[in-house]
Amino acid sequence: MRKMNYGQAINEALRNELRRDPNVFLMGEDVKYGVLGVTAGIVDEFGEERVRNTPISEEAVAGGAVGAAAAGSRPVAEIMFIDFSTIAMDQIVNQAAKMRYMFGGRITLPLTFRTMVGAGIQAAAQHSQSLEAWFTHIPGLKVVYPSTPKDALGLTIAAIRDDNPVIVLEHKLLYAMEGEVPDENEPIPIGVADVKKVGKDVTLVATGMMVHKCLNAAKQLSEEGIDVEVIDPRSLFPLDKDTIYNSIKKTHKVVLVSEEVKRGSWIGELSAMIAEEAFQDLNSPILRVAGLNTPVPFSKKLEDYFVPNEVDIIEAIKSII
Amino acid sequence: MDISKELVMDMYTKMLRIRRFEQRVAELFAAAKIGGFVHLYWGEEAVAVGVTANLSNDDLITSTHRGHGHLIAKGGETKYMMAELYGKETGYCKGKGGSMHIADATKGILGANGIVGAGLPIATGAALSIKLRGSNQVSVCFFGDGASNQGTFHESMNMAAIWKLPVVYICENNLYGEFTPQKDHQAITDISSRAEAYGFPGITVDGNDVFAVYEATNEAIKRARNGNGPTLIECKTYRVRGHFEGDPQLYRSKEEVEEWKRNDPIMRVERYISENGIVSEEKLKEIQKGIDKELDEAVEFAEKSKDPDEKMVAEDVYTDIVEEVRVR
Ligand SMILES: Cc1ncc(C[n+]2csc(CCOP(=O)(O)OP(=O)(O)O)c2C)c(N)n1
Repeated sequence: MRKMNYGQAINEALRNELRRDPNVFLMGEDVKYGVLGVTAGIVDEFGEERVRNTPISEEAVAGGAVGAAAAGSRPVAEIMFIDFSTIAMDQIVNQAAKMRYMFGGRITLPLTFRTMVGAGIQAAAQHSQSLEAWFTHIPGLKVVYPSTPKDALGLTIAAIRDDNPVIVLEHKLLYAMEGEVPDENEPIPIGVADVKKVGKDVTLVATGMMVHKCLNAAKQLSEEGIDVEVIDPRSLFPLDKDTIYNSIKKTHKVVLVSEEVKRGSWIGELSAMIAEEAFQDLNSPILRVAGLNTPVPFSKKLEDYFVPNEVDIIEAIKSII
Repeated sequence: MDISKELVMDMYTKMLRIRRFEQRVAELFAAAKIGGFVHLYWGEEAVAVGVTANLSNDDLITSTHRGHGHLIAKGGETKYMMAELYGKETGYCKGKGGSMHIADATKGILGANGIVGAGLPIATGAALSIKLRGSNQVSVCFFGDGASNQGTFHESMNMAAIWKLPVVYICENNLYGEFTPQKDHQAITDISSRAEAYGFPGITVDGNDVFAVYEATNEAIKRARNGNGPTLIECKTYRVRGHFEGDPQLYRSKEEVEEWKRNDPIMRVERYISENGIVSEEKLKEIQKGIDKELDEAVEFAEKSKDPDEKMVAEDVYTDIVEEVRVR
């Protein structure tokens, strides 16, 4: 085991795959430096052909990845902030996600989109969103969301090696977070959840930054004798339902925690799944703790209010314990 | 063209107000009094001021992520801007927008924008409304060289051309889109040449010369108001600060920046003023003092203002619906 931060883990995953497979290349706006430095230095090893700065043209970047993948490359395209994916939606939703199906499986699109999500740096309403529901809604896309350096390394590798369009969501507040990673650069299978903390009284399902808030909340609650299990699905689609349902069988209670706007959220879908398929194991309502139904405000005070925190999580848990 | 002494002094004062405002902002950002992304306009003041000197309160503009200059030039008040940068409830956006999203519709400012290229269709649509309402306004769109590679640039200009809309497109070519030099993001040098493809005039001017910008815009606005459709004006200029405050600027040399500082647009007007004996040096100092006092007051106003109340987070999403939010 060795230590590195989440940003470094992604950087290493990209280098690893560029080295391993000559068909892999990176492209995106300023990937040569990386707007928060995540891709910095890679160009020195692989050159500007394979670490390709693009013009500010998200639709052409996303569509370019589709075309390059269809023609035999394995592109990793960066859409700097997920908010800018809105500009590329035709290529992501109507082209990347649908081509294989429409063409009867006779085409394969091994492409990866990397993008930054989440609030917390006062970047305001157009640079802070968590749009996971937009992408998990679309058949033909896989969506992964690492919360630790280890997961970032393994899931980025898996995304690049996957033969389908995969979107990797990276929380901007996590880049500086340190953690242990394995010595070997191995993929983490897409669709396998991780139990971040074992517990028996209540199941928390959380993604990204919220995993860490849930772990903090769990620690506080353990002092009061409440034993929380924290599950990080890591892949939003395909989803490891078994790990979640098995946990609910044990705890009979579930709270879903996400930074998304609550209305129409991915955890809304997850709660419906649990209601349909694991209702018999529950002895209290499924609760969701999520962002407010508002755009993300700029003021630090309001932004902090928008994002769920430990107090909200603890309160939700206590209301069903 | 004859530019009156009053106009020269008005343009000078506005340019200086922008510069001094941003000098304060840079200090306040470094002191962590202001958060979020801050993109300074430092060095490009001649563009905003030369353009807006042709506009009245009724005319409309769209701005960019680098919007402080456009806002001040169009009459935005520094105290409400400063309060917004502080995230206070007295700010232009009640603390919800920050540097990248300031607007003041009462002054024809349809907003700064965090999305590169998003202002182009908005300004075009505003021009369409002007045409439909039969008003005498004009719409002006500020955007960067980087933004000129977005689909919105091409789609908007084509639409404005076929409908002969009263819009003027101002490309602020500061030679970089974020960290990428222009030569690495497009194969042309003069962005104005693209206008030809849509069938309307495109010209390139020295964007550090406020008089050149003023004159070119004057022509273009006449064209627009007379129903002759859009113009694309490319202003060649330079961003003296990093892309955003905190940018380590690995992509360009100190020498290049120093070279451009010698071509400072404000110094150029100062030279013009002294060479033509328009006002005395003392008078210039007085103007500067006045601006500094105004900015002291703006900072004080921002610091004394309250943070927005938590319940405000749910307001202004709609005109008529306020959803319940969690109470902590
Ligand atoms: C759609 C979109 N893509 C990318 C960004 C990130 N970004 C912010 S400013 C910028 C560069 C813009 O360059 P330019 O249009 O030349 O304006 P300048 O910053 O030089 O004033 C980029 C890429 C963004 N805000 N929006």
